Amino acid sequence: MPPTAPRTALLTRPRIALLILLAVALALPTVAHWMGEPFYVRLATRILVFALAAVSLDLILGFGGMVSFGHAAFVGIGGYAVGILFAHQSDGSTLFGFPGTVNGLIVWPLAMLAGALAALPVGAISLRTTGVPFIMITLAFAQMLFYLMTGLKAYGGDDGIALWSRSTLPAPLNIADHTTFYYVVLGLLVAALALGWRLVNSRFGRVIRGAKDNERRMAALGYPVTRYKLVAFVIAGALAGLAGGLLANATMFVGPQYLHWSRSGDLIVMVVLGGIGTLIGPVLGAAALLLLEEFVPELMDLAHAGLGEHWKIVLGPVLILLVLYARKGLWGVVAGRRP
Amino acid sequence: MSRPLLSTDSLVKRFGGLAATDGLSLSVAEGELHALIGPNGAGKTTLIGQLSGELTPDSGTILFDGRDVTRLPVHKRAQRGLARSFQITSIFPSFTALDNVALAVQAHAGHSFRFWRDAGRDRRLTDPARAVLERVGLGARADTCADALAHGEKRQLELAMALATGPRLLLLDEPMAGMGPEDSARMVELLQELKGGVTILLVEHDMDAVFALADRITVLVRGKDLASGTPAEIRNDPAVREAYLGDELEVV
Repeated sequence: MPPTAPRTALLTRPRIALLILLAVALALPTVAHWMGEPFYVRLATRILVFALAAVSLDLILGFGGMVSFGHAAFVGIGGYAVGILFAHQSDGSTLFGFPGTVNGLIVWPLAMLAGALAALPVGAISLRTTGVPFIMITLAFAQMLFYLMTGLKAYGGDDGIALWSRSTLPAPLNIADHTTFYYVVLGLLVAALALGWRLVNSRFGRVIRGAKDNERRMAALGYPVTRYKLVAFVIAGALAGLAGGLLANATMFVGPQYLHWSRSGDLIVMVVLGGIGTLIGPVLGAAALLLLEEFVPELMDLAHAGLGEHWKIVLGPVLILLVLYARKGLWGVVAGRRP
Repeated sequence: MSRPLLSTDSLVKRFGGLAATDGLSLSVAEGELHALIGPNGAGKTTLIGQLSGELTPDSGTILFDGRDVTRLPVHKRAQRGLARSFQITSIFPSFTALDNVALAVQAHAGHSFRFWRDAGRDRRLTDPARAVLERVGLGARADTCADALAHGEKRQLELAMALATGPRLLLLDEPMAGMGPEDSARMVELLQELKGGVTILLVEHDMDAVFALADRITVLVRGKDLASGTPAEIRNDPAVREAYLGDELEVV
Protein backbone atom coordinates (compact mmCIF):
# COMPACT_ATOMS: atom_id res chain seq x y z
CA MET A 1 0.00 0.00 0.00
CA PRO A 2 1.34 3.44 -0.91
CA PRO A 3 1.08 5.20 2.47
CA THR A 4 3.17 2.65 4.33
CA ALA A 5 6.04 2.66 1.82
CA PRO A 6 9.29 3.31 3.67
CA ARG A 7 10.76 6.72 2.91
CA THR A 8 14.31 5.81 3.75
CA ALA A 9 16.09 4.87 0.51
CA LEU A 10 15.95 7.29 -2.40
CA LEU A 11 16.21 4.66 -5.10
CA THR A 12 13.80 1.95 -4.09
CA ARG A 13 12.89 -0.76 -6.53
CA PRO A 14 9.46 0.70 -7.33
CA ARG A 15 11.02 4.10 -8.02
CA ILE A 16 13.62 2.64 -10.35
CA ALA A 17 10.85 0.73 -12.13
CA LEU A 18 8.87 3.96 -12.48
CA LEU A 19 11.85 5.82 -13.92
CA ILE A 20 12.51 3.06 -16.44
CA LEU A 21 8.85 3.03 -17.47
CA LEU A 22 8.88 6.79 -17.95
CA ALA A 23 12.10 6.62 -19.96
CA VAL A 24 10.65 3.92 -22.21
CA ALA A 25 7.48 5.98 -22.71
CA LEU A 26 9.45 9.11 -23.57
CA ALA A 27 11.80 7.34 -25.99
CA LEU A 28 9.13 5.27 -27.70
CA PRO A 29 8.25 7.54 -30.67
CA THR A 30 11.92 8.10 -31.49
CA VAL A 31 12.64 4.38 -31.40
CA ALA A 32 9.54 3.59 -33.45
CA HIS A 33 10.53 6.02 -36.19
CA TRP A 34 14.09 4.77 -36.13
CA MET A 35 12.76 1.22 -36.59
CA GLY A 36 10.62 2.46 -39.46
CA GLU A 37 7.42 1.43 -37.65
CA PRO A 38 5.53 4.69 -36.98
CA PHE A 39 2.39 2.59 -36.50
CA TYR A 40 3.72 1.73 -33.05
CA VAL A 41 3.23 5.33 -31.97
CA ARG A 42 -0.49 5.05 -32.63
CA LEU A 43 -0.66 1.69 -30.87
CA ALA A 44 1.20 3.16 -27.89
CA THR A 45 -1.20 6.14 -27.85
CA ARG A 46 -4.14 3.77 -27.67
CA ILE A 47 -2.42 1.94 -24.81
CA LEU A 48 -1.97 5.20 -22.88
CA VAL A 49 -5.60 6.16 -23.42
CA PHE A 50 -6.83 2.83 -22.09
CA ALA A 51 -4.30 3.10 -19.28
CA LEU A 52 -5.94 6.37 -18.24
CA ALA A 53 -9.35 4.69 -18.23
CA ALA A 54 -7.97 1.73 -16.24
CA VAL A 55 -6.28 4.04 -13.72
CA SER A 56 -9.58 5.84 -13.18
CA LEU A 57 -11.26 2.48 -12.57
CA ASP A 58 -8.50 1.48 -10.13
CA LEU A 59 -9.28 4.57 -8.05
CA ILE A 60 -12.71 3.20 -7.18
CA LEU A 61 -12.10 -0.53 -7.65
CA GLY A 62 -8.66 -0.88 -6.13
CA PHE A 63 -8.88 1.77 -3.42
CA GLY A 64 -12.60 2.00 -2.75
CA GLY A 65 -13.61 -1.62 -3.29
CA MET A 66 -16.28 -0.55 -5.78
CA VAL A 67 -16.29 -3.19 -8.51
CA SER A 68 -17.92 -1.17 -11.25
CA PHE A 69 -18.78 -3.35 -14.23
CA GLY A 70 -19.95 -0.38 -16.22
CA HIS A 71 -16.94 1.85 -16.34
CA ALA A 72 -16.70 1.77 -20.14
CA ALA A 73 -20.00 3.66 -20.24
CA PHE A 74 -18.28 6.78 -18.89
CA VAL A 75 -15.45 6.33 -21.37
CA GLY A 76 -18.03 6.09 -24.14
CA ILE A 77 -19.96 9.13 -22.91
CA GLY A 78 -16.73 11.16 -22.96
CA GLY A 79 -16.07 9.94 -26.48
CA TYR A 80 -19.56 10.93 -27.60
CA ALA A 81 -19.11 14.41 -26.09
CA VAL A 82 -16.16 14.92 -28.44
CA GLY A 83 -17.85 13.13 -31.34
CA ILE A 84 -21.16 14.97 -31.11
CA LEU A 85 -19.53 18.40 -30.96
CA PHE A 86 -17.38 17.37 -33.91
CA ALA A 87 -20.48 16.37 -35.89
CA HIS A 88 -22.14 19.73 -35.24
CA GLN A 89 -18.98 21.55 -36.16
CA SER A 90 -18.67 19.69 -39.44
CA ASP A 91 -22.26 20.28 -40.64
CA GLY A 92 -22.53 23.75 -39.08
CA SER A 93 -25.63 22.90 -37.03
CA THR A 94 -26.16 23.84 -33.40
CA LEU A 95 -26.75 21.88 -30.21
CA PHE A 96 -29.03 23.60 -27.64
CA GLY A 97 -28.21 26.82 -29.46
CA PHE A 98 -24.45 26.29 -29.29
CA PRO A 99 -22.30 25.63 -32.33
CA GLY A 100 -20.16 22.50 -32.49
CA THR A 101 -16.46 22.75 -31.86
CA VAL A 102 -13.23 20.79 -32.13
CA ASN A 103 -11.31 23.00 -29.70
CA GLY A 104 -9.64 20.54 -27.31
CA LEU A 105 -9.62 23.08 -24.50
CA ILE A 106 -13.41 23.05 -24.69
CA VAL A 107 -14.32 19.53 -25.74
CA TRP A 108 -11.92 17.64 -23.45
CA PRO A 109 -13.15 19.33 -20.27
CA LEU A 110 -16.68 18.76 -21.58
CA ALA A 111 -15.85 15.06 -22.01
CA MET A 112 -14.81 15.00 -18.36
CA LEU A 113 -17.95 16.86 -17.35
CA ALA A 114 -20.11 14.44 -19.35
CA GLY A 115 -18.40 11.46 -17.67
CA ALA A 116 -18.91 13.02 -14.24
CA LEU A 117 -22.55 13.93 -14.90
CA ALA A 118 -23.29 10.39 -16.08
CA ALA A 119 -21.48 8.90 -13.08
CA LEU A 120 -23.43 11.01 -10.58
CA PRO A 121 -26.89 9.41 -10.90
CA VAL A 122 -25.46 5.97 -11.69
CA GLY A 123 -23.30 6.13 -8.56
CA ALA A 124 -26.03 7.63 -6.40
CA ILE A 125 -28.28 4.68 -7.14
CA SER A 126 -25.69 1.88 -7.41
CA LEU A 127 -23.92 2.83 -4.18
CA ARG A 128 -27.02 2.00 -2.20
CA THR A 129 -25.77 -1.56 -2.67
CA THR A 130 -22.44 -3.32 -2.35
CA GLY A 131 -20.89 -6.56 -3.59
CA VAL A 132 -22.57 -8.51 -6.38
CA PRO A 133 -25.69 -6.27 -6.56
CA PHE A 134 -23.39 -3.28 -7.11
CA ILE A 135 -21.64 -5.10 -9.96
CA MET A 136 -24.98 -5.99 -11.55
CA ILE A 137 -26.50 -2.52 -11.23
CA THR A 138 -23.49 -0.74 -12.71
CA LEU A 139 -23.56 -3.30 -15.52
CA ALA A 140 -27.27 -2.67 -16.09
CA PHE A 141 -26.80 1.11 -16.24
CA ALA A 142 -23.93 0.75 -18.68
CA GLN A 143 -26.00 -1.48 -20.95
CA MET A 144 -28.85 1.06 -20.80
CA LEU A 145 -26.47 3.76 -21.97
CA PHE A 146 -25.13 1.39 -24.64
CA TYR A 147 -28.61 0.88 -26.09
CA LEU A 148 -29.35 4.59 -25.76
CA MET A 149 -26.34 5.35 -27.97
CA THR A 150 -27.36 2.61 -30.39
CA GLY A 151 -30.68 4.40 -30.73
CA LEU A 152 -29.17 7.84 -31.30
CA LYS A 153 -29.90 7.89 -35.03
CA ALA A 154 -28.92 11.56 -35.28
CA TYR A 155 -25.40 10.56 -34.31
CA GLY A 156 -24.98 7.46 -36.41
CA GLY A 157 -26.86 4.96 -34.23
CA ASP A 158 -25.10 1.62 -34.56
CA ASP A 159 -22.53 3.06 -36.91
CA GLY A 160 -21.35 5.79 -34.58
CA ILE A 161 -19.57 8.93 -35.71
CA ALA A 162 -16.45 8.98 -37.86
CA LEU A 163 -14.14 11.90 -37.13
CA TRP A 164 -11.94 13.13 -39.94
CA SER A 165 -9.86 15.44 -37.83
CA ARG A 166 -8.58 15.52 -34.29
CA SER A 167 -9.37 18.15 -31.68
CA THR A 168 -7.21 21.24 -31.87
CA LEU A 169 -4.97 22.58 -29.16
CA PRO A 170 -3.29 26.01 -29.00
CA ALA A 171 -0.02 26.34 -30.95
CA PRO A 172 2.59 24.93 -30.89
CA LEU A 173 0.70 21.73 -30.07
CA ASN A 174 -0.43 20.24 -33.34
CA ILE A 175 -1.97 16.95 -32.34
CA ALA A 176 -2.88 16.05 -35.89
CA ASP A 177 0.71 14.87 -35.73
CA HIS A 178 0.67 11.39 -34.18
CA THR A 179 3.83 11.90 -32.16
CA THR A 180 2.67 15.21 -30.66
CA PHE A 181 -0.66 13.63 -29.80
CA TYR A 182 1.19 10.74 -28.15
CA TYR A 183 3.13 13.11 -25.91
CA VAL A 184 0.00 15.08 -25.01
CA VAL A 185 -1.75 11.87 -23.96
CA LEU A 186 1.35 10.78 -22.03
CA GLY A 187 1.38 14.11 -20.23
CA LEU A 188 -2.27 13.78 -19.29
CA LEU A 189 -1.75 10.22 -18.06
CA VAL A 190 1.21 11.27 -15.90
CA ALA A 191 -0.86 14.15 -14.53
CA ALA A 192 -3.73 11.78 -13.76
CA LEU A 193 -1.36 9.39 -11.99
CA ALA A 194 0.12 12.22 -9.90
CA LEU A 195 -3.36 13.46 -9.06
CA GLY A 196 -4.49 9.93 -8.18
CA TRP A 197 -1.44 9.45 -5.99
CA ARG A 198 -2.19 12.62 -4.02
CA LEU A 199 -5.82 11.62 -3.85
CA VAL A 200 -5.38 8.15 -2.35
CA ASN A 201 -2.99 9.48 0.30
CA SER A 202 -5.12 12.49 1.23
CA ARG A 203 -7.76 12.57 3.94
CA PHE A 204 -10.33 11.85 1.27
CA GLY A 205 -8.35 8.86 0.03
CA ARG A 206 -8.09 7.46 3.52
CA VAL A 207 -11.85 7.58 3.90
CA ILE A 208 -12.27 5.71 0.62
CA ARG A 209 -9.70 3.07 1.59
CA GLY A 210 -11.17 2.78 5.05
CA ALA A 211 -14.57 2.13 3.51
CA LYS A 212 -13.06 -0.67 1.44
CA ASP A 213 -11.51 -2.24 4.54
CA ASN A 214 -14.47 -1.90 6.90
CA GLU A 215 -17.49 0.15 5.94
CA ARG A 216 -19.42 -0.62 9.11
CA ARG A 217 -16.64 0.71 11.29
CA MET A 218 -16.38 3.85 9.16
CA ALA A 219 -20.03 4.64 9.91
CA ALA A 220 -19.50 3.95 13.62
CA LEU A 221 -16.62 6.42 13.58
CA GLY A 222 -18.95 9.07 12.20
CA TYR A 223 -18.30 9.04 8.45
CA PRO A 224 -21.17 9.44 5.99
CA VAL A 225 -19.45 6.80 3.87
CA THR A 226 -21.72 6.78 0.83
CA ARG A 227 -21.18 10.50 0.22
CA TYR A 228 -17.42 10.00 -0.03
CA LYS A 229 -17.74 6.93 -2.21
CA LEU A 230 -20.05 8.83 -4.55
CA VAL A 231 -17.54 11.65 -4.94
CA ALA A 232 -14.83 9.09 -5.73
CA PHE A 233 -17.17 7.46 -8.26
CA VAL A 234 -17.80 10.81 -9.94
CA ILE A 235 -14.07 11.68 -10.05
CA ALA A 236 -13.40 8.30 -11.66
CA GLY A 237 -16.24 9.00 -14.12
CA ALA A 238 -14.66 12.33 -15.06
CA LEU A 239 -11.26 10.74 -15.71
CA ALA A 240 -12.92 7.97 -17.71
CA GLY A 241 -14.72 10.67 -19.71
CA LEU A 242 -11.40 12.30 -20.51
CA ALA A 243 -10.04 8.92 -21.59
CA GLY A 244 -13.08 8.60 -23.87
CA GLY A 245 -12.47 12.01 -25.41
CA LEU A 246 -8.88 11.01 -26.09
CA LEU A 247 -9.97 7.64 -27.45
CA ALA A 248 -12.21 9.38 -29.97
CA ASN A 249 -9.15 11.32 -31.09
CA ALA A 250 -6.91 8.27 -31.14
CA THR A 251 -9.22 6.11 -33.25
CA MET A 252 -10.96 8.99 -35.09
CA PHE A 253 -14.22 7.26 -34.31
CA VAL A 254 -16.94 7.06 -31.66
CA GLY A 255 -19.52 4.28 -31.52
CA PRO A 256 -21.79 2.45 -29.09
CA GLN A 257 -19.30 -0.42 -28.87
CA TYR A 258 -17.16 1.80 -26.65
CA LEU A 259 -19.85 1.46 -23.99
CA HIS A 260 -20.37 -2.27 -24.40
CA TRP A 261 -20.10 -4.40 -21.27
CA SER A 262 -17.19 -6.35 -22.72
CA ARG A 263 -15.21 -3.10 -22.76
CA SER A 264 -15.97 -2.65 -19.06
CA GLY A 265 -14.72 -6.20 -18.61
CA ASP A 266 -11.52 -5.33 -20.48
CA LEU A 267 -10.93 -2.43 -18.08
CA ILE A 268 -11.35 -4.72 -15.07
CA VAL A 269 -8.94 -7.20 -16.67
CA MET A 270 -6.40 -4.39 -17.15
CA VAL A 271 -6.65 -3.40 -13.48
CA VAL A 272 -6.37 -6.97 -12.20
CA LEU A 273 -3.64 -7.91 -14.66
CA GLY A 274 -1.56 -4.85 -13.83
CA GLY A 275 -2.09 -4.83 -10.07
CA ILE A 276 -5.23 -3.83 -8.24
CA GLY A 277 -4.91 -0.80 -5.95
CA THR A 278 -1.49 0.24 -7.27
CA LEU A 279 -2.49 3.06 -9.70
CA ILE A 280 0.54 2.47 -11.92
CA GLY A 281 -0.21 -1.24 -12.32
CA PRO A 282 -3.25 -0.68 -14.56
CA VAL A 283 -0.96 1.14 -17.00
CA LEU A 284 1.04 -2.07 -17.32
CA GLY A 285 -2.21 -4.00 -17.49
CA ALA A 286 -3.48 -1.87 -20.37
CA ALA A 287 -0.17 -2.31 -22.21
CA ALA A 288 -0.15 -6.07 -21.64
CA LEU A 289 -3.76 -6.60 -22.74
CA LEU A 290 -3.54 -4.43 -25.87
CA LEU A 291 -0.16 -5.91 -26.86
CA LEU A 292 -1.51 -9.43 -26.45
CA GLU A 293 -4.56 -8.43 -28.47
CA GLU A 294 -2.32 -6.96 -31.17
CA PHE A 295 0.35 -9.60 -31.54
CA VAL A 296 -0.92 -12.94 -30.23
CA PRO A 297 -3.53 -13.36 -33.00
CA GLU A 298 -0.84 -12.66 -35.61
CA LEU A 299 1.46 -15.23 -34.10
CA MET A 300 -1.35 -17.77 -33.85
CA ASP A 301 -2.32 -17.18 -37.47
CA LEU A 302 1.23 -18.03 -38.43
CA ALA A 303 0.75 -21.44 -36.85
CA HIS A 304 -2.63 -22.01 -38.43
CA ALA A 305 -4.69 -19.56 -40.46
CA GLY A 306 -7.85 -18.48 -38.63
CA LEU A 307 -6.53 -19.55 -35.26
CA GLY A 308 -5.89 -15.91 -34.39
CA GLU A 309 -9.48 -15.09 -33.64
CA HIS A 310 -9.30 -17.43 -30.67
CA TRP A 311 -6.46 -15.44 -29.09
CA LYS A 312 -8.26 -15.20 -25.76
CA ILE A 313 -7.31 -18.85 -25.26
CA VAL A 314 -3.89 -17.40 -24.47
CA LEU A 315 -5.21 -14.50 -22.38
CA GLY A 316 -7.18 -16.78 -20.05
CA PRO A 317 -4.25 -18.84 -18.73
CA VAL A 318 -2.07 -15.71 -18.45
CA LEU A 319 -4.70 -14.12 -16.22
CA ILE A 320 -5.10 -17.23 -14.10
CA LEU A 321 -1.34 -17.52 -13.60
CA LEU A 322 -1.09 -13.89 -12.57
CA VAL A 323 -3.96 -14.13 -10.13
CA LEU A 324 -2.43 -17.29 -8.65
CA TYR A 325 1.19 -16.23 -8.45
CA ALA A 326 1.27 -12.43 -8.42
CA ARG A 327 -1.23 -10.92 -6.04
CA LYS A 328 -0.36 -7.39 -7.04
CA GLY A 329 -0.31 -8.25 -10.74
CA LEU A 330 2.40 -7.19 -13.15
CA TRP A 331 3.34 -4.21 -11.02
CA GLY A 332 3.90 -6.55 -8.08
CA VAL A 333 6.27 -8.59 -10.25
CA VAL A 334 8.14 -5.49 -11.44
CA ALA A 335 8.29 -3.55 -8.18
CA GLY A 336 8.65 -6.47 -5.81
CA ARG A 337 6.58 -7.16 -2.76
CA ARG A 338 6.67 -4.47 -0.13
CA PRO A 339 6.71 -5.30 3.58
CA MET B 1 -27.75 11.90 40.45
CA SER B 2 -27.02 14.18 37.50
CA ARG B 3 -29.28 14.18 34.45
CA PRO B 4 -29.04 11.19 32.14
CA LEU B 5 -26.75 11.50 29.12
CA LEU B 6 -28.41 8.56 27.46
CA SER B 7 -31.84 7.18 28.14
CA THR B 8 -34.35 4.89 26.50
CA ASP B 9 -38.08 4.96 27.05
CA SER B 10 -40.19 1.81 26.56
CA LEU B 11 -37.88 0.53 23.84
CA VAL B 12 -39.19 -2.47 21.90
CA LYS B 13 -37.47 -4.51 19.21
CA ARG B 14 -39.01 -7.74 17.95
CA PHE B 15 -37.54 -10.38 15.68
CA GLY B 16 -40.53 -12.37 14.51
CA GLY B 17 -42.31 -13.47 17.69
CA LEU B 18 -39.31 -12.83 19.91
CA ALA B 19 -39.06 -9.54 21.78
CA ALA B 20 -35.31 -9.04 22.03
CA THR B 21 -35.91 -5.69 23.70
CA ASP B 22 -39.17 -5.64 25.62
CA GLY B 23 -40.26 -2.21 26.83
CA LEU B 24 -36.86 -1.29 28.19
CA SER B 25 -36.34 2.02 29.97
CA LEU B 26 -32.72 2.58 30.79
CA SER B 27 -30.84 5.65 31.84
CA VAL B 28 -27.13 6.29 31.92
CA ALA B 29 -26.07 9.31 33.98
CA GLU B 30 -23.40 11.70 32.83
CA GLY B 31 -20.00 10.60 34.07
CA GLU B 32 -20.95 7.15 35.34
CA LEU B 33 -19.76 3.74 34.27
CA HIS B 34 -22.92 1.80 33.76
CA ALA B 35 -22.62 -1.93 33.23
CA LEU B 36 -25.15 -4.02 31.38
CA ILE B 37 -25.14 -7.70 32.23
CA GLY B 38 -27.40 -10.59 31.49
CA PRO B 39 -27.35 -14.19 30.30
CA ASN B 40 -26.79 -15.06 26.65
CA GLY B 41 -29.81 -14.11 24.61
CA ALA B 42 -30.88 -11.41 27.07
CA GLY B 43 -30.83 -8.84 24.26
CA LYS B 44 -27.61 -7.00 25.09
CA THR B 45 -26.24 -6.92 21.56
CA THR B 46 -29.66 -5.98 20.16
CA LEU B 47 -29.77 -3.07 22.58
CA ILE B 48 -26.28 -1.90 21.60
CA GLY B 49 -27.39 -2.11 17.97
CA GLN B 50 -30.32 0.19 18.65
CA LEU B 51 -28.31 2.63 20.74
CA SER B 52 -25.62 2.92 18.07
CA GLY B 53 -28.17 3.19 15.27
CA GLU B 54 -27.56 -0.03 13.34
CA LEU B 55 -30.99 -1.33 14.34
CA THR B 56 -34.22 0.68 14.41
CA PRO B 57 -36.52 -0.03 17.35
CA ASP B 58 -40.14 -1.00 16.65
CA SER B 59 -41.33 1.47 19.26
CA GLY B 60 -40.04 3.62 22.07
CA THR B 61 -37.48 6.40 22.01
CA ILE B 62 -33.79 6.91 22.60
CA LEU B 63 -32.59 10.24 23.99
CA PHE B 64 -28.95 11.25 23.81
CA ASP B 65 -27.94 14.48 25.51
CA GLY B 66 -31.58 15.48 25.76
CA ARG B 67 -32.31 15.02 22.05
CA ASP B 68 -34.29 12.31 20.32
CA VAL B 69 -31.88 10.19 18.28
CA THR B 70 -34.18 7.20 17.74
CA ARG B 71 -34.17 7.52 13.94
CA LEU B 72 -30.75 9.11 13.52
CA PRO B 73 -28.32 7.15 11.28
CA VAL B 74 -25.18 5.61 12.76
CA HIS B 75 -22.71 8.22 11.53
CA LYS B 76 -24.75 11.16 12.85
CA ARG B 77 -24.94 9.65 16.32
CA ALA B 78 -21.19 9.10 16.20
CA GLN B 79 -20.71 12.73 15.23
CA ARG B 80 -22.71 13.78 18.30
CA GLY B 81 -20.27 11.92 20.51
CA LEU B 82 -21.68 8.43 20.78
CA ALA B 83 -18.75 6.10 20.13
CA ARG B 84 -18.74 2.34 20.24
CA SER B 85 -16.43 -0.61 20.23
CA PHE B 86 -17.40 -3.92 18.71
CA GLN B 87 -17.74 -7.32 20.32
CA ILE B 88 -16.05 -8.90 17.32
CA THR B 89 -12.94 -6.86 16.60
CA SER B 90 -13.72 -4.35 13.87
CA ILE B 91 -10.62 -2.54 12.70
CA PHE B 92 -8.99 -1.60 9.38
CA PRO B 93 -6.70 -4.57 8.75
CA SER B 94 -4.66 -3.04 5.92
CA PHE B 95 -3.88 0.16 7.87
CA THR B 96 -1.19 0.47 10.53
CA ALA B 97 -2.28 0.79 14.14
CA LEU B 98 -1.48 4.49 13.99
CA ASP B 99 -3.47 4.99 10.78
CA ASN B 100 -6.43 3.16 12.31
CA VAL B 101 -6.55 5.67 15.13
CA ALA B 102 -5.72 8.61 12.84
CA LEU B 103 -8.77 7.68 10.79
CA ALA B 104 -10.84 7.91 13.97
CA VAL B 105 -9.34 11.31 14.79
CA GLN B 106 -10.02 12.47 11.24
CA ALA B 107 -13.69 11.54 11.54
CA HIS B 108 -14.08 14.33 14.07
CA ALA B 109 -11.75 16.89 12.52
CA GLY B 110 -14.20 18.44 10.07
CA HIS B 111 -15.20 17.06 6.68
CA SER B 112 -12.76 14.89 4.75
CA PHE B 113 -13.20 16.45 1.31
CA ARG B 114 -9.50 17.27 1.31
CA PHE B 115 -7.90 15.83 -1.75
CA TRP B 116 -4.33 17.02 -1.87
CA ARG B 117 -2.36 16.99 1.36
CA ASP B 118 -0.73 13.75 2.53
CA ALA B 119 -2.80 12.71 5.56
CA GLY B 120 0.01 10.44 6.75
CA ARG B 121 2.17 13.50 7.38
CA ASP B 122 -0.60 15.63 8.86
CA ARG B 123 0.39 16.08 12.49
CA ARG B 124 -3.06 17.34 13.38
CA LEU B 125 -4.09 13.71 12.83
CA THR B 126 -1.01 11.72 13.79
CA ASP B 127 -0.15 13.54 17.03
CA PRO B 128 -3.50 12.96 18.75
CA ALA B 129 -3.57 9.42 17.33
CA ARG B 130 -0.16 8.65 18.78
CA ALA B 131 -1.25 10.05 22.16
CA VAL B 132 -4.28 7.76 22.26
CA LEU B 133 -2.16 4.75 21.28
CA GLU B 134 0.21 5.55 24.15
CA ARG B 135 -2.74 5.82 26.48
CA VAL B 136 -4.02 2.32 25.70
CA GLY B 137 -0.50 0.91 25.80
CA LEU B 138 0.01 0.40 22.07
CA GLY B 139 2.57 3.16 21.54
CA ALA B 140 5.31 0.76 20.55
CA ARG B 141 3.10 -0.90 17.94
CA ALA B 142 2.10 2.28 16.09
CA ASP B 143 3.67 1.32 12.77
CA THR B 144 2.57 -2.31 12.81
CA CYS B 145 -0.09 -3.34 10.34
CA ALA B 146 -3.31 -3.83 12.32
CA ASP B 147 -3.74 -7.26 10.79
CA ALA B 148 -0.47 -8.40 12.39
CA LEU B 149 -1.39 -7.39 15.95
CA ALA B 150 -2.07 -10.02 18.61
CA HIS B 151 -5.68 -10.53 19.67
CA GLY B 152 -5.31 -8.57 22.90
CA GLU B 153 -3.65 -5.72 21.02
CA LYS B 154 -6.47 -5.64 18.50
CA ARG B 155 -8.92 -5.26 21.38
CA GLN B 156 -6.84 -2.36 22.70
CA LEU B 157 -6.82 -0.82 19.24
CA GLU B 158 -10.57 -1.26 19.06
CA LEU B 159 -10.89 0.80 22.24
CA ALA B 160 -8.30 3.33 21.08
CA MET B 161 -10.35 4.06 17.97
CA ALA B 162 -13.50 4.68 19.99
CA LEU B 163 -11.53 6.92 22.37
CA ALA B 164 -9.86 8.88 19.58
CA THR B 165 -13.18 10.27 18.44
CA GLY B 166 -13.31 12.24 21.72
CA PRO B 167 -16.67 10.73 22.66
CA ARG B 168 -19.16 11.84 25.27
CA LEU B 169 -20.41 8.30 25.66
CA LEU B 170 -18.56 5.05 25.05
CA LEU B 171 -20.61 1.98 24.20
CA LEU B 172 -18.26 -0.90 24.94
CA ASP B 173 -19.52 -4.24 23.69
CA GLU B 174 -17.56 -6.90 25.57
CA PRO B 175 -14.16 -5.22 25.37
CA MET B 176 -12.56 -8.21 27.08
CA ALA B 177 -14.03 -10.84 24.75
CA GLY B 178 -11.51 -13.60 24.13
CA MET B 179 -8.80 -11.99 26.26
CA GLY B 180 -6.47 -13.87 28.58
CA PRO B 181 -6.30 -12.92 32.27
CA GLU B 182 -3.28 -10.69 31.80
CA ASP B 183 -4.81 -8.65 28.97
CA SER B 184 -8.10 -8.49 30.86
CA ALA B 185 -6.40 -7.05 33.91
CA ARG B 186 -4.78 -4.35 31.76
CA MET B 187 -8.12 -3.53 30.18
CA VAL B 188 -9.74 -3.18 33.62
CA GLU B 189 -6.93 -0.89 34.63
CA LEU B 190 -7.43 1.18 31.51
CA LEU B 191 -11.18 1.45 31.99
CA GLN B 192 -10.56 2.47 35.58
CA GLU B 193 -8.46 5.36 34.28
CA LEU B 194 -11.11 6.39 31.75
CA LYS B 195 -13.88 6.24 34.31
CA GLY B 196 -15.18 9.63 35.36
CA GLY B 197 -13.67 11.36 32.38
CA VAL B 198 -16.09 9.83 29.92
CA THR B 199 -19.48 8.22 30.38
CA ILE B 200 -19.37 4.50 29.66
CA LEU B 201 -22.01 1.89 28.99
CA LEU B 202 -20.22 -1.42 29.38
CA VAL B 203 -21.54 -4.78 28.24
CA GLU B 204 -19.35 -7.49 29.70
CA HIS B 205 -19.46 -11.13 30.71
CA ASP B 206 -16.49 -10.93 33.03
CA MET B 207 -18.23 -10.48 36.40
CA ASP B 208 -15.04 -9.65 38.28
CA ALA B 209 -14.45 -6.78 35.90
CA VAL B 210 -18.04 -5.56 36.03
CA PHE B 211 -18.25 -5.48 39.81
CA ALA B 212 -14.85 -3.87 40.07
CA LEU B 213 -15.64 -1.10 37.61
CA ALA B 214 -19.33 -0.28 37.57
CA ASP B 215 -21.00 2.61 39.35
CA ARG B 216 -24.35 1.12 38.48
CA ILE B 217 -25.44 -2.15 36.96
CA THR B 218 -28.52 -3.07 34.96
CA VAL B 219 -29.43 -6.72 34.70
CA LEU B 220 -31.14 -7.56 31.43
CA VAL B 221 -33.20 -10.73 31.15
CA ARG B 222 -35.32 -11.51 28.09
CA GLY B 223 -35.16 -7.91 26.94
CA LYS B 224 -36.42 -6.54 30.25
CA ASP B 225 -34.75 -4.62 33.04
CA LEU B 226 -34.76 -7.17 35.84
CA ALA B 227 -32.93 -4.92 38.28
CA SER B 228 -30.87 -1.75 38.31
CA GLY B 229 -28.68 -0.45 41.08
CA THR B 230 -25.25 -0.21 42.62
CA PRO B 231 -23.03 -3.30 42.54
CA ALA B 232 -23.88 -3.96 46.18
CA GLU B 233 -27.63 -3.75 45.53
CA ILE B 234 -27.36 -6.06 42.54
CA ARG B 235 -25.24 -8.53 44.43
CA ASN B 236 -27.88 -8.78 47.14
CA ASP B 237 -30.95 -8.72 44.94
CA PRO B 238 -32.68 -12.09 45.38
CA ALA B 239 -34.39 -11.95 41.98
CA VAL B 240 -31.06 -11.39 40.27
CA ARG B 241 -29.43 -14.20 42.20
CA GLU B 242 -32.19 -16.54 41.23
CA ALA B 243 -32.59 -15.53 37.60
CA TYR B 244 -29.07 -15.09 36.53
CA LEU B 245 -26.09 -14.81 38.78
CA GLY B 246 -26.66 -17.93 40.84
CA ASP B 247 -23.52 -19.33 42.27
CA GLU B 248 -21.31 -16.98 40.33
CA LEU B 249 -21.73 -14.28 42.95
CA GLU B 250 -20.46 -16.48 45.71
CA VAL B 251 -16.98 -16.10 44.32
CA VAL B 252 -17.17 -12.37 43.75
